[in-house]
Amino acid sequence: MIKRWIQRFYLFFIVLFLYAPIGTLMVLSFNDSRTSVKWGGFSLKWYVRLFENETILAALGNTLLLALLSALFATVLGTSAAIAIHHMKKRRQNICMSIVNIPMLNAEIVTGIAFMLLFITLGNLLSVFGIHFEMGFGTVLIGHITFNLPYVVLSVMPKLKQLNNSMYEAALDLGAGERQAFFKIVLPDIMPGVLSGFLLSFTMSLDDFVITHFVKGLGADTLSTLIYSELRKGIKPEMYALSTIMFLAVFFVLLAVNLKPQEHSASEGHR
Amino acid sequence: MKKRMLFVCSCLAASMLFTGCGGSSAGENVELNVYNWGEYIDEDVIDLFEEETGIKVNYKTYDTNEDMYPIIANGAADWDVVCPSEYMIQKMLDNDLLLEINYDNVPNISNIDPDYMETVKGFDPDASHAVPYLWGTVGILYNDTMVKEPITSWDCLWDETYADNIVMMNNPRDVFAPALISCGYSLNSTDDAQLQEAAAKLTAQKPLVLKYTTDEVRDMMIGEKAAIGVIYSGEATICKEENEHLQYVVPEEGSNVWLDCWVIPTTCKNKENAEKWIDFLCRPEIALKNFEYIYYSTPNKATVDLIEDPEILSNEALFPGNEVLSRCETFHYLGEEAEEKYNELWKQVLSE
Amino acid sequence: MYKKSLSYPYLLWAAAFIIIPLLFIVYYGLTDRSGAFTLANLAAIATAEHSKALMLSLLLSLLSTVICLLLAYPLALILSNSRLGRSGFIIFLFVLPMWMNFLLRTLAWVVLLDTNGVIDSLFQALGLPRFKIINTPAAIVFGMVYDFLPFMILPIYNVISKIDINVINAARDLGANSFQTLYKVIFPLSLPGVISGITMVFVPSLTTFVISTLLGGGKILLIGNVIEQEFMKGTSWHVGSGLSLVLMLFIILSMVLSSKYDNGEGNVL
Repeated sequence: MIKRWIQRFYLFFIVLFLYAPIGTLMVLSFNDSRTSVKWGGFSLKWYVRLFENETILAALGNTLLLALLSALFATVLGTSAAIAIHHMKKRRQNICMSIVNIPMLNAEIVTGIAFMLLFITLGNLLSVFGIHFEMGFGTVLIGHITFNLPYVVLSVMPKLKQLNNSMYEAALDLGAGERQAFFKIVLPDIMPGVLSGFLLSFTMSLDDFVITHFVKGLGADTLSTLIYSELRKGIKPEMYALSTIMFLAVFFVLLAVNLKPQEHSASEGHR
Repeated sequence: MKKRMLFVCSCLAASMLFTGCGGSSAGENVELNVYNWGEYIDEDVIDLFEEETGIKVNYKTYDTNEDMYPIIANGAADWDVVCPSEYMIQKMLDNDLLLEINYDNVPNISNIDPDYMETVKGFDPDASHAVPYLWGTVGILYNDTMVKEPITSWDCLWDETYADNIVMMNNPRDVFAPALISCGYSLNSTDDAQLQEAAAKLTAQKPLVLKYTTDEVRDMMIGEKAAIGVIYSGEATICKEENEHLQYVVPEEGSNVWLDCWVIPTTCKNKENAEKWIDFLCRPEIALKNFEYIYYSTPNKATVDLIEDPEILSNEALFPGNEVLSRCETFHYLGEEAEEKYNELWKQVLSE
Repeated sequence: MYKKSLSYPYLLWAAAFIIIPLLFIVYYGLTDRSGAFTLANLAAIATAEHSKALMLSLLLSLLSTVICLLLAYPLALILSNSRLGRSGFIIFLFVLPMWMNFLLRTLAWVVLLDTNGVIDSLFQALGLPRFKIINTPAAIVFGMVYDFLPFMILPIYNVISKIDINVINAARDLGANSFQTLYKVIFPLSLPGVISGITMVFVPSLTTFVISTLLGGGKILLIGNVIEQEFMKGTSWHVGSGLSLVLMLFIILSMVLSSKYDNGEGNVL
């Protein structure tokens, strides 16, 4: 019993550690005073001002659009890559997987710098031909897609390994085209992996700072880079309000999703 | 069906990609990319400019001259008009990064006090690339309830009673200036021995320093997190409004006086619009609006004439007397080699 | 055979945006401003300030990796033994914080760790010694542990939860006590997860510049800060690339190490 109590306490301690800053930010979002130093009483004014702050809303729009587009694109590209890699011979498979892993295992700062060098050189090169190219939303999107790819491939791969190939072959034997067989047989089976890859990509893109920092150029501020530039002058409390709203929204969505399909995940375990 | 969805989505993504890259090619003549220091304009002024001219302003900020320079130099972004300090303008001129301004398009330059145009000649010999925007000094802001006696000298930055109560700036030139001055040298020194001595002084000071930061000084001083902070004069006035215990002083050994000017970099796409912007900011009533918002000293004579409040006119931080200015010095661009020396020594101090 | 062609878009993308950018770093790292070949940028790591920054980074990242491992392993054990471990709850618990912006989360620690901040005030109220770690290396380790702990927990948990219960039961039947079971059976089997966790924590800690900027008060120079400044303050892209190459040696080292042990089971996912 004591052991159980200690375990619970330990779990509680870690969760407290992980969620203490989140709680702090939530409290600050209700702080009437501007600075994080003093508590000036309860207030909802930052929530009101948030919706009047065009800079923050524009950054939010950029962030969400980036997350959505990069996750979509990475999911399509990554899933097709995963299927192809799955069918490769062992040696080629190993080489491809090492390439897949690079953006995940490499340091973000190195990836960011590498992108910056590429894009700036490209810009200088193209300007010789009179083509105008500068870093902005497009380059950030490329960066995000690239670092999202490994997450998609790695979530789809295990599902492919579990896949029963004879089903697919049976479909072909029964006259289905390759495409039809893929969309009717393979895709539904690997869907959980595809979805988790998409969600993970979305989250990663949303949370990224370092790579965006290096490739954003003059436009395309995301929430992260906006926060970083506000850092020196003190973060605007509207930002706390926004992150509280985002956090709570996701919290309730995930809670709803996780509480409901108990049977579903159980049946998945049998597969 | 699902496939078509995916196809549509990827097409959408691809088209975003290209429009994103293609960037501002559409409607170039109605946009102006303005790159300025953070918190360095009354944002209403931007709206007024947009309303009057129909030019859409894309406004972004940077934190230090050193952050701004590589962006212009590498053509990482196409800024039309920028606002660096004098030594950085000199560096940009040295590297052929600036366009000549056509003063026929900036008639309001007549409002600028001729004295400041003389100052401009110090770093831009024919005064044809830069239009003064704001100026100020660097000094010490202290909280009179947290120090034992009024501060008059840089020496307080090395006083152990203020351990963990000192905030310093965080770019090489600004950090080295107080150390060089209090060693009795010029803040433009390039002499190895002098710089080494200053670096040693900064290393000795490091344990006493609470934080190296340039923009956060304001909040930290208002929030009474530190007793002493090195700060730009304009910030000091705002701080005092929020916290009456804060006093600004330009130390008796002398300090840095700086002048920020608008310049047009070679990346500029539409020079006439950039000149319109500069001219607009030189208007007395616009400059006054800016002045009342950010409280940095203005070189605009016509604007100073518009100020009626005697309290502001007698504010030493905003309008330092000749006695103060005579002991201050501007930064010069010291060349690449010396710049590297500063950077390296600063890194040495930080890595100790 | 359409499956093979499926890989082409990806391979094209990987070549353009993974391989070529890295070659740019190699190019810049091995040339000087005039474009001539040089090793000076690599040798720049040997200067006093850079090697000190690297040493400090290595020290702090090793420390935070060890602390993460010590915190995460027992937690993974507890979770895999309890009912909480099922139904995606774990992922939920540890991925959720990512929806609060990383910079803000780290910044919140400034409020908590600050002198006269929340924890310090608590310590004072309880009559404990003052809690002054903000703007010190300790605060940075704190931030690293906080930011990267989930990357240690998830792979270890993943591996442990997949260990066949019969193996553990067999060990028990053969007379092993719980400590022996842990030490001789569970731990060796969980090694892929541990190794994967170690690289997932060590590499980002070694190369961070954000955490040291946020929690170090500008007083602490890590190798990540040096590189970031070389690029963003425009000092020298060549030196910055050279230092990145040196840094990549450590990254490759840990990648090789992890691929040796990792057979795909220790992934975070």
